[in-house]
Amino acid sequence: MEILVCIKRVPDTSENEIEVNRDGTDIERDDLVYSVNEWDNYAVEEAIQIRDKVGGSVTVVTVGDEEGEEVVRREMAMGADHGILLSDEAFSGSDGKGIAAVLKAEVEKGNYDLILTGAQADDGSGQVGGMLAAMLDRPYASLVNLIEIVDEKTIKVGREIAGGNQEMNEIDLPCVLSIQTGINEPRYVGIRGIRKVASLEIPVHTAEDLGISADVVGESAARTKRLDYFVAEPGEGAEILEGSTDEIIDKLIELLKAKGGIK
Amino acid sequence: MEHVLISPAKAFVFGIPTVIFSLIIPLAGVAVFTYIIALRLKPMVKALPDHRLDRLWTRCGKMLKYALGQYRHPRYPDAGIIHITLFAGFVILALRSITLVLLGISDGYVLPGMSGTVGEVYMVLKDIAGTFVLIACLAALYRRLIIKPERYAVPPKYGKEHTWEAVLVLLLITGLVTCDMAFEGSEFAAQMQKGIATGILVPMTGTWMAAHMLTLSPMNLLQHIHLGAYYSHELIFFFFLCFLPMGKHFHVITSFPNVFLSKLDKGTIKPVRWGVGDEALDDLESFGVKNYEDFTWKHILDFYSCVDCGRCSDNCPANAVGRPLSPRFISVKCRSYSFAKYPLRGKSVDVNPFIGNVLEEDEIWSCTTCGACEQECPVLIEYIDKIVDVRRGLVDDGMVPQSLQKPLGALEKRGNPYGKMEKKRSEWTRDLPEKFNIKILGKKETADTLYFVDSITSYDDRIQEIGRAAAKVLFAAGIDFGILGPDERDSGHEVRRFGEEMLFLDLRDRNTEAIINSGAARIVTADPHAFNALAHDYKDIPPVEHISRTILKHLKSGDLRLKPVENSEKIYTYHDPCYLGRHNNLYDDPREVIDAIPGIHRVEMTGRCRDRSFCCGGGGLMLFYEPIEEKRMGQVRVEMAKDAGANVIVTACPFCMVNIEDAIKTSGLEGEMEAIDLVELVERHLIVD
Repeated sequence: MEILVCIKRVPDTSENEIEVNRDGTDIERDDLVYSVNEWDNYAVEEAIQIRDKVGGSVTVVTVGDEEGEEVVRREMAMGADHGILLSDEAFSGSDGKGIAAVLKAEVEKGNYDLILTGAQADDGSGQVGGMLAAMLDRPYASLVNLIEIVDEKTIKVGREIAGGNQEMNEIDLPCVLSIQTGINEPRYVGIRGIRKVASLEIPVHTAEDLGISADVVGESAARTKRLDYFVAEPGEGAEILEGSTDEIIDKLIELLKAKGGIK
Repeated sequence: MEHVLISPAKAFVFGIPTVIFSLIIPLAGVAVFTYIIALRLKPMVKALPDHRLDRLWTRCGKMLKYALGQYRHPRYPDAGIIHITLFAGFVILALRSITLVLLGISDGYVLPGMSGTVGEVYMVLKDIAGTFVLIACLAALYRRLIIKPERYAVPPKYGKEHTWEAVLVLLLITGLVTCDMAFEGSEFAAQMQKGIATGILVPMTGTWMAAHMLTLSPMNLLQHIHLGAYYSHELIFFFFLCFLPMGKHFHVITSFPNVFLSKLDKGTIKPVRWGVGDEALDDLESFGVKNYEDFTWKHILDFYSCVDCGRCSDNCPANAVGRPLSPRFISVKCRSYSFAKYPLRGKSVDVNPFIGNVLEEDEIWSCTTCGACEQECPVLIEYIDKIVDVRRGLVDDGMVPQSLQKPLGALEKRGNPYGKMEKKRSEWTRDLPEKFNIKILGKKETADTLYFVDSITSYDDRIQEIGRAAAKVLFAAGIDFGILGPDERDSGHEVRRFGEEMLFLDLRDRNTEAIINSGAARIVTADPHAFNALAHDYKDIPPVEHISRTILKHLKSGDLRLKPVENSEKIYTYHDPCYLGRHNNLYDDPREVIDAIPGIHRVEMTGRCRDRSFCCGGGGLMLFYEPIEEKRMGQVRVEMAKDAGANVIVTACPFCMVNIEDAIKTSGLEGEMEAIDLVELVERHLIVD
């Protein structure tokens, strides 16, 4: 099975203190460390497990500047067979639809049976998977937490619904799936793994390579525009506890006791 | 002295000279034994290299102390005394057994140098030894069959009990000594009947009893007993020899070499591959142990040497709290696997994969590397290096528990497991009063001493207090010191011990550069894990000292003075951190520091202190690991302190503090028990001019 996984490089939420910058146009990007978006990492692990079971190959692809290569390489260290970087000045400032358009062009260059994306990204809004499927006119299942390969033409996918219940759907290949965290336990990638793939070539495809005209991507084509970032004001009844971790915990316990939450 | 009975070298049975048997039995025995040993060596030849032939005098000394001297046996008094008796008897009787074998071929044979008085003294000695061995065997049988000590029990998941094996061997030994007694006793009885002078008979020995029991027997019966006992001894002896390499009694052969070849450097971790330098690691196909043959040959010798005595598991904190780890069964399972894969006859049985079937992931991650098992093993079997090697294999294959992946990722990106910003590494100093201005070494400032803080003291709210107390104590001692600040990285102590060697090397190299740049002439740290890493895992850096030693020195010189204990009603006990005590032999300095506080009342957790200290739950990455366990090690430890009558647990390690304080809370002992770091205790009692 030929599998393509779309991944994204994002600021690592567990290793950064995310703060909005002073003029509200972006987050503070000094001292940020980046990693592969957590959902995407699960998608790559799932792709590798499927490949190991039924054969085929796994390709990872990302849209971004040259630093995107770092996450592509990391996922190749994890076990992906190929990596592609889609990079062009023209792509910068794209909205979800623009990114989906770039990915669509890459998908059409290959012969993929299964396309996986993360259900969402730490810094995204969960649009790309669905849009990509629509643009490709392929069936789409979102928030997938279980994949069963039935045969070369069909797979079954699961999704968690309210109350922790499971829903199963059958879907024809080729298709697009957005992957939920918890679908598997992604393997660890150490420095040694990354060094092993350090010399592998990662092709860079530009707008020209993909045959994309500048008017469907980039800032000018974006039909959603980001206006502002700000820290929400505490609303009525909200209280922000301050102090050291221990002090906050003590206050919280006090509050919970006072309000009858715990005895 | 004149012989009355016909010796096995000259006797005939049904017209056949018995000397034929005297030749065939040893020859066949030795041949089978050689064949078995050759097969046992096969996996050792296939295994990875190990460097064990340096410092030969030290090795000889260890062999004298631990193998010949049985140094660790009395730690378990009952079993220890029985074993020492059996062992001493075995050493003495070995000569007798060899003599006996040759006696069957050449009548009246005497080993060179064993004639005359020496021989007579020896015969007396061996009669006494044989008798003691017999008593020890009976005592051991009583323990095995009637008392059944708990530590010999085999939990169902590890297979069946091995009691039959122990009992069989005890019976074989009993057989050997009684046969010799009957062999000699029958001759003595015959001599007595004829009124001929006998050899020296020590009253109450087995031979003496046999001789007296047989005095009235007819001569032809005595002759039968004489020959029967001889050939029974012969058969048992060679059967026993060939039986040794079949199971746990292999140690009779392997324990001396195993002790001789044992690890000499405490606190260290073996290189990924012996003979492959750090620079060449990238070229290795695979890391660590993934298959049985990825162990080193010495580690396979360890498996062969395990006596299944259960002392390691009896002291293993992971085993005590119900984690799926029992060091004893690492050896036993690997040995059984080895015997099945390299069988003496029949088909090789292999189970694949090795990790997942023979050794399990949870088992391997459960170890805190506290070293209690290695401290206890009478034949110096190593566990930490093996566990680290298996972890290296797991890391190489990406099989790292999810709970550890985040902190490892953070260590890679931020140099600390919490994922906190590098520039905030020295923020703990902010809450110090202004007069304590701590220098950040490297760029502009220099100092004589570098205080290596490490991650937990830099970033953990509670542990930062230990850092501040340490700073105040260093100031009070008049030490010119500074820290690395944002240039410091995690020492990587647990990174290496969790098998992520490449990440460890990266952290080590960055720290080494920062330490050299700091220009400091010495290093002090209050974190035993950092201390152990800097002392044993780092190279070419200034000497490192744990702060307990620094404090003691400055107390002795008078630079530091302590006032009487704040609360004289409290009872203190000192918990030995594994990486201070067992791994670095620092037991007395912290105790002397505590005792330097006038009026302090300190008690010991008798039987569970010093090198038998019980791990608090582990440090570094172990704080992030979510083990399968019935209760926390810290809770068990707090119970021990409480049972000792203490209400304040003094420790000297930030991780012990985290685990013990947590345990006090989760055990509902808040208000009743408390924990304090040695440095905090000293800081509170400082006399500041």
